[in-house]
Amino acid sequence: MKAYRFAVGWLAAMLPTAALSNSDYNMRQGVTDISQQVYDLHMTIFLICCAIGVVVFAIMFWAIIHHRKSKGVTPAQFHESTKVEILWTAIPFVILIAMAVPATKTLIAMEDTSKADITIKVTGSQWKWHYEYMGEGVDFYSVMSTSQDQISDKEAKGENYLLEVDKPLVIPTGKKVRFLMTSDDVIHSWWVPDFAVKKDANPGFINEAWTRVNDEGIYRGQCAELCGKDHGFMPVVVEAKSPEDFDVWLASQKSAKLEAEQASAALLDQTLPKDELMAEGETVYMAYCAACHQPTGLGLPGVFPAMKGSPVVTGPINDHIDIILHGRPGTAMQAFAKQLSIKQIAGVVTFKRNTWGNDTGDVVQPSQVQARLDAKQEEGK
Amino acid sequence: MSSIVNPHDHGHDDHHGAPSGFKRWLFTTNHKDIGSLYLIFALAMFIIGGAMAMVIRAELFQPGLQLVDPHFFNQMTTVHGLIMVFGAVMPAFTGLANWMIPMMIGAPDMALPRMNNWSFWILPFAFAMLLFSLFMEGGGPAFGWTFYAPLSTTYSNDNTALFVFAVHIMGISSIMGAINVVVTIVNLRAPGMTWMKLPLFVWTWLITAFLLIAVMPVLAGAVTMVLTDKYFGTSFFDAAGGGDPVMFQHIFWFFGHPEVYIMILPAFGVISTIVPTFSHKKLFGYASMVYATASIALLSFVVWAHHMFTTGMPLAGELFFMYATMLISVPTGVKVFNWVATMWRGAISFEVPMLFSIAFIVLFTLGGFSGLMLAITPADFQYHDTYFVVAHFHYVLVTGAVFSIMAAAYYWLPKWTGHMFNETLAKWHFWLSLISVNVLFFPMHFVGLAGMPRRIPDYALQFADFNAIISIGGFAFGLSQLLFVYVVYRCVKGGDAAPAKVWDGAEGLEWEVPSPAPYHTFSTPPEIK
Repeated sequence: MKAYRFAVGWLAAMLPTAALSNSDYNMRQGVTDISQQVYDLHMTIFLICCAIGVVVFAIMFWAIIHHRKSKGVTPAQFHESTKVEILWTAIPFVILIAMAVPATKTLIAMEDTSKADITIKVTGSQWKWHYEYMGEGVDFYSVMSTSQDQISDKEAKGENYLLEVDKPLVIPTGKKVRFLMTSDDVIHSWWVPDFAVKKDANPGFINEAWTRVNDEGIYRGQCAELCGKDHGFMPVVVEAKSPEDFDVWLASQKSAKLEAEQASAALLDQTLPKDELMAEGETVYMAYCAACHQPTGLGLPGVFPAMKGSPVVTGPINDHIDIILHGRPGTAMQAFAKQLSIKQIAGVVTFKRNTWGNDTGDVVQPSQVQARLDAKQEEGK
Repeated sequence: MSSIVNPHDHGHDDHHGAPSGFKRWLFTTNHKDIGSLYLIFALAMFIIGGAMAMVIRAELFQPGLQLVDPHFFNQMTTVHGLIMVFGAVMPAFTGLANWMIPMMIGAPDMALPRMNNWSFWILPFAFAMLLFSLFMEGGGPAFGWTFYAPLSTTYSNDNTALFVFAVHIMGISSIMGAINVVVTIVNLRAPGMTWMKLPLFVWTWLITAFLLIAVMPVLAGAVTMVLTDKYFGTSFFDAAGGGDPVMFQHIFWFFGHPEVYIMILPAFGVISTIVPTFSHKKLFGYASMVYATASIALLSFVVWAHHMFTTGMPLAGELFFMYATMLISVPTGVKVFNWVATMWRGAISFEVPMLFSIAFIVLFTLGGFSGLMLAITPADFQYHDTYFVVAHFHYVLVTGAVFSIMAAAYYWLPKWTGHMFNETLAKWHFWLSLISVNVLFFPMHFVGLAGMPRRIPDYALQFADFNAIISIGGFAFGLSQLLFVYVVYRCVKGGDAAPAKVWDGAEGLEWEVPSPAPYHTFSTPPEIK
């Protein structure tokens, strides 16, 4: 009865795994009806596989234990049996059909993006997410907020190390939220395990996905498609609020946006001191530029150009501003016109032109940045 | 290898005199020499690719970035994958094919010996180019072995051309090797060696060779389009010019899925050879094994998009690829059942090749189970691009393909070298590998399910404990393979003389020639009963 005991032992070893739902060892049940269905599907298939494994390996280990040459057995001579062979083709086939039925049902439900209450456009770019509430005029970027010091072990790691952002996506609970996924550069993949939503963001194309979150809370995920150097540092954080709180939040976003626009407009008549611009510029550089061009300004030779002594940075100011505003098509240099305010861009241009031995002495004002934006718009007309 | 320059009973064939030293290896057209070259090359690449895996596991030993920067980390994952697939597993199987197919079918050599020489000797250049690109400004390829556009086109560094050229050469080598296998098996079988008498290793390789001829040109097309998109202004994969980045994935996986069967079908052949030998009993269902292999090969052409469920396919497409993929488990199941039925009521002995084969059956099946789970589209949305996938394909490729290659090496080493290997050391190698490989890959299922994406140089804190365990398993597995190198080295250098029929339960023509196999075998075709 050794094989029997082995089989029981094997099963006993597996069962605790099955019991650990929402653990660090198993798929998450999540917080949507779909994620629950996906979890159930996962567990069903897992247990079927375990059962098949127990039967097949029990037979095999029985043979290994009892039909060994050292026991002096004489080998049997049988081979080929059409009956057995038909049986072991047919039985798996039936099991597969039993698996396919619930899988098909869940899949059909997952792909039904109709009748959404709210639509959010999700745009990936190296290495951040952009969220736009369609028809609401609210949009923002969401960037990882874990500090470089934590990553390089100079500082203790926080609880949500690598899974925290400056501005999370906010969605209402109990509403069908439709996501439109796309990308500005390479392929990214937007994934929140608790929603069982993972969808690629393809440049030039739009994908759809949806979720309806049951519980309020903060849910964390990551980019799931290799998207370059900082693929591992592109978290997704979603905050699910009650519909009432969500409406309050959305209204506050709209007014904040208005205020920011007014503040930018006010800047146009001002001349900011160099120190202020340099300080602003350093913060922006470290948050948005250093991932590629490096904190040292030396870049990564052969991959990302150096800022130190760069012909762009030490060349004509307007060309420098234009590249930051509109990016460089066909390269990894993205457009920052929508990501940064005119003050931030003025700051970062000033900073780069006066750091790492670049000593142009130039001080760029927000109004100058606005002038370049206006010039581009003229061109477009 | 000392298997050469031994005239023996075929001495009359050596009248032209084999050149000695380096020239002998460079100019050789002998299938045994070329087989040895392939096997040694594969072993060297296995060690180099393994060293890269050690860099990956060292960086992932604990959270935070300690050893390498993310850009270099991406180069390591990319080149590790390329080397293991194209440099280790595929050449190892080609080496086995070169050595064994002519001896198994009673042929004097491969049908196209000069092409055979060329298909090997272009490989070192391909890999030299790939490896040297790591040391150039900007580094080597960093876009994953799957080189998805536009990461590999617009957003890659200028050394991408070296990668493209290297893959072209690897592809040419594989295609030539495959043509040689097909021509040899079709034309050079000894009289009386009818199709349904072919050893299963030969059958599986024949089918593999057809897969290679079918899909390697597709890979060549994919890399060429990457090349022209990047350097010559085409827009195959750029939406701005009317192209489609997802089309790249369709083309790549139309190659890539048959490719994974290219790496596992010869393994099935090896296991189907070894299990009957040490069970001292005939293979249970020879014909059904042949048909199952053929069905797997055919199905492999209609399942490619199961690698792409999250790219946004229409529902009908997702359902089709889910059902087709699930279907593959039927012929694969037939194979596993067949091996178990062969062992059933046999008289099993546990020499090292058999130990590796049994481990193969259990662990490959485990990889098959996770493969079936991955086929279920809704669940795949959660598994996709996580460590669950990494666990899955390492179970089928390391404890699958690589274990079968080791089983084959131990099985035929005495035939190749004329010496028995040190059984105690080999058993140490087996048990160390078996334990460490599971410490290495089994916990990956857990971190994957818990949500750790693949191809990241740093991870959230909840994955820390498992990653430390995985890394320890990785280092242990890596070190254990040095023992393998030592066992093989000692066996080549000397050891107890091996008889012609090394294993008492073995069947096949290769056991009718002396050990070591003479430089020329079956110059006169043997008689097949």
